[in-house]
Amino acid sequence: MKRRLVALVCLALLTAGCSHKARQAQALKATANGAAIVESSGGKQIGYIGMPLDQPVVAQVNDASGSAVAGAAVYFSGPKGVTFTPAAALTDSSGQVTTNVALGQQSGRYKLTASTHDASGKVQITIEEVALGYQQTLGAQLNAQYCIRCHDPESTPQRVSNMDNLAVKPHPFTEGDTLNKMSDAEVAAIISHGGAALNKSPLMPAWGYTLSKNDIAALISYIRAVADPPYQAGGLVYAQK
Amino acid sequence: MKHTLLQLWRFFFGDSARAFGSASVLLLVLLAVAPAKNHFNEWHRYQNQYLHLIRGRADAVTLERHFESGIQQIWLPEQQVTDRCTTCHLGLKEASLNDVSAVAFRKHPAIPHSLTEFGCTTCHRGQGAATTVEEAHHATEQWEQPLLPAKYIESGCGQCHLENLIGTPFLNQGRDIISRYGCTHCHTIKRPDGTSFQPDDDPPSLAHIADKTSREWVYAWIKDPQSYASTATMPNYHFSDDDARDISAFIMAQSAPLPPSLQPVKAEGSPDIAAGTSLYGQSFCASCHAMQNAAGMMVGGNIGPELTGIGTKAKPEWLQDWVTNPDHYDPKTLMPRYRFDDKQVGLLVGFLESKTEPDFLASVHLDAATPQQIEHGKRLVMENGCASCHEINGIKKPENFAPELTRIGSKPLNQLAFAPGVEHTLHGYIGAKVGNPRAFGPSLKMPQFQLTPQQIDAVTTALLAQTDRAFTQPLTMRITSTQQTKYEPAGQAGRIMHEVRCFSCHMINGHGGDMAPDLSYEGTAVQRDWLVQFLKNPETLRPALIRRMPKFNLSDAEINALTDYMLTVYQTPEFDRDSIPASELSPAMAEQGKQLFYSKFACQSCHIADYKNDKGYIGPALAGTGKRFNAAWVYHWLKDPQALRPGTIEPNQHMTDEEARNLTAFLMSLKSSGTKEATK
Repeated sequence: MKRRLVALVCLALLTAGCSHKARQAQALKATANGAAIVESSGGKQIGYIGMPLDQPVVAQVNDASGSAVAGAAVYFSGPKGVTFTPAAALTDSSGQVTTNVALGQQSGRYKLTASTHDASGKVQITIEEVALGYQQTLGAQLNAQYCIRCHDPESTPQRVSNMDNLAVKPHPFTEGDTLNKMSDAEVAAIISHGGAALNKSPLMPAWGYTLSKNDIAALISYIRAVADPPYQAGGLVYAQK
Repeated sequence: MKHTLLQLWRFFFGDSARAFGSASVLLLVLLAVAPAKNHFNEWHRYQNQYLHLIRGRADAVTLERHFESGIQQIWLPEQQVTDRCTTCHLGLKEASLNDVSAVAFRKHPAIPHSLTEFGCTTCHRGQGAATTVEEAHHATEQWEQPLLPAKYIESGCGQCHLENLIGTPFLNQGRDIISRYGCTHCHTIKRPDGTSFQPDDDPPSLAHIADKTSREWVYAWIKDPQSYASTATMPNYHFSDDDARDISAFIMAQSAPLPPSLQPVKAEGSPDIAAGTSLYGQSFCASCHAMQNAAGMMVGGNIGPELTGIGTKAKPEWLQDWVTNPDHYDPKTLMPRYRFDDKQVGLLVGFLESKTEPDFLASVHLDAATPQQIEHGKRLVMENGCASCHEINGIKKPENFAPELTRIGSKPLNQLAFAPGVEHTLHGYIGAKVGNPRAFGPSLKMPQFQLTPQQIDAVTTALLAQTDRAFTQPLTMRITSTQQTKYEPAGQAGRIMHEVRCFSCHMINGHGGDMAPDLSYEGTAVQRDWLVQFLKNPETLRPALIRRMPKFNLSDAEINALTDYMLTVYQTPEFDRDSIPASELSPAMAEQGKQLFYSKFACQSCHIADYKNDKGYIGPALAGTGKRFNAAWVYHWLKDPQALRPGTIEPNQHMTDEEARNLTAFLMSLKSSGTKEATK
């Protein structure tokens, strides 16, 4: 009997090292519960694989009447490789939790969740971010050099948008509703041959003698990566858990 | 117990027949061990999983034809690559597998290089020859280089590409920071092509510092440079109050008075701040200098120092002398010598003196320095290598003050001393060292730079590119960096160009800055009268641009000398600027060119030909082309813009000769003078 007990204890000790259960975010002692959680800012950012996003993600917990709740516990989670600093926190006096997010190693879209507990259980929201890989990054750089001044309506002190000066407005690259309907070959044709050659606006010049095929492919991969709603035909859209 | 064992022995080996049978079975089992080990191998399991995955797909036949079982290897002896990664990563080249969720089998993201020519570990690191997941990906006792996290992957490109690449923004950023923050004043970093990283921060000489500022300012600056100017690149040494006191004492003591200026200034600071502000704006000081505005926003460039608190820093006499003739205080400065008259100098000085930060010196009270303090200050200055960056009287610039970083990207971990809490990898070490050097020991001399986490990652990426591989691989793989030439024009024009510092902004013959257009072929491009007018009063060529050419108040004689020189010397060898005379361009051609301009090529999306109707904001306004350019330049530009100015964003439209000629005729017929404002 005694021997059996010793054997059992030994076995238990041996197997103890084998449990690789991921450490759960430390349980927070929430002092209040909200009824809903909303995204305050930081969604739909365009970042780079493995890199922190420029802006933090801010989630807010509200009660049933829509006013902010302080002291509610908010937990962040995402696909493999995504890190949150912090991954869990209590809401501050304005009902908000701010976390810095670094995206994972694969390019594409990331669905992050922020959750809190209401009176009956768990409520959560999904926040989407985009990570650019090598090809999309090249596209992003080319976009910044050649395309953005006409295709982005936003102006900055360094870069005044030219969109308002054009009689036919170009499509912003995030305009998934329109651009997702075009195949890669169609988009490549417009970039290479210009609008006039394809019976579209002649204000779009032909870039085929300035940009290489590789450059144009990179631009298209960037356009697909930032499309909103997401472009579904180009392979994996969401990074997996 | 003994009895049982004896019984067992008898059962298996009791007589010769039993012994023979048992031994045979044992032998068979032993023989089976090797094939079984092979069969239950980790990589074998991956190959089976892959087969299972592809058999369920529409293109299974193609994929299965591409599949080869057994250990796969990319062997490139010249590049020291033996990579067996493709044993498990079987779908790397399969375009159709880009939607597979298992990372191991997914197609490799598009890159400009082929896996078979470059291997995997060249960029990703890890142990290429290993055939288990653990050994290939992670650090083991015998192998210290785990896979590189994706955020540093551009370091792989930097091993061969010594020049900035458009697709590697973080590598470029890291290299820029290394230059901009002057890392190489102390650390030598050689490139594989024999050149070295050069600092780009131009730390000021302290030889005459007492003429410029007060000891109190020096003390407060040494204590915390960023509290004076948030954009300052000078790092924080975390000096104690006493050490900062003694260093400031020595710095002031070693300063020698400047020899008197040849043109003494008699311009007192003017109280008319509004007029000073507008002169600051008209002179486009903000192209190089930043200043915090009332709303707390930083406005301006980063070529010169930030001026938010300049009134607290600089003495009025020094400002007068500096604004009048910067060469007097610092012959190597990038600051041009504007030909300001005494009144203008007074206005600017008055404005700059009004930009103060009273809080910066509020709590600084220093007693007169004692000889002991000065002596101690001198020792501290020598110990901390201040002279690596700054010229200081009586102290020689130390050679190799800090460790060389030429091959830091391949440094073995056993040669590194890790601070507590630092990830035990090379990238972890470099990141921690760049971001928080004093965590490695309070006595270490490396100061604290003010970098964001993203900038630290970028610097780490640039340093990780400095590998043994970068130096040992075949020469044919190396894309060398272009270095600035030492071009300096000679004669009177050369002297004027040096004084107004054309090269701080313009590139000519491979030397100069990148803020303004390359002028190597300006003599072919423009007409004499236009250039004279432009130098007299630089007009707005690009409506949307904030940074513009300032007015240097050059005399007519100076402008003539400069214009003659530029028109004669700065010519393209490709064609003659007079090869298309006006007589060859008829009004009929211009009419056809107008059609091309507005319809076929829609140039008005980016350019203005007619201020009344066109609004294009991206390229320069073309309404005065006929007065500005030579027809031959316009024609050749239209045919191939990149050939005349590499990197210009004007697209090559592949025009026929006739189209280019007609467009040239139209553009040369545009002779509007002045700007949008003038024609309104």
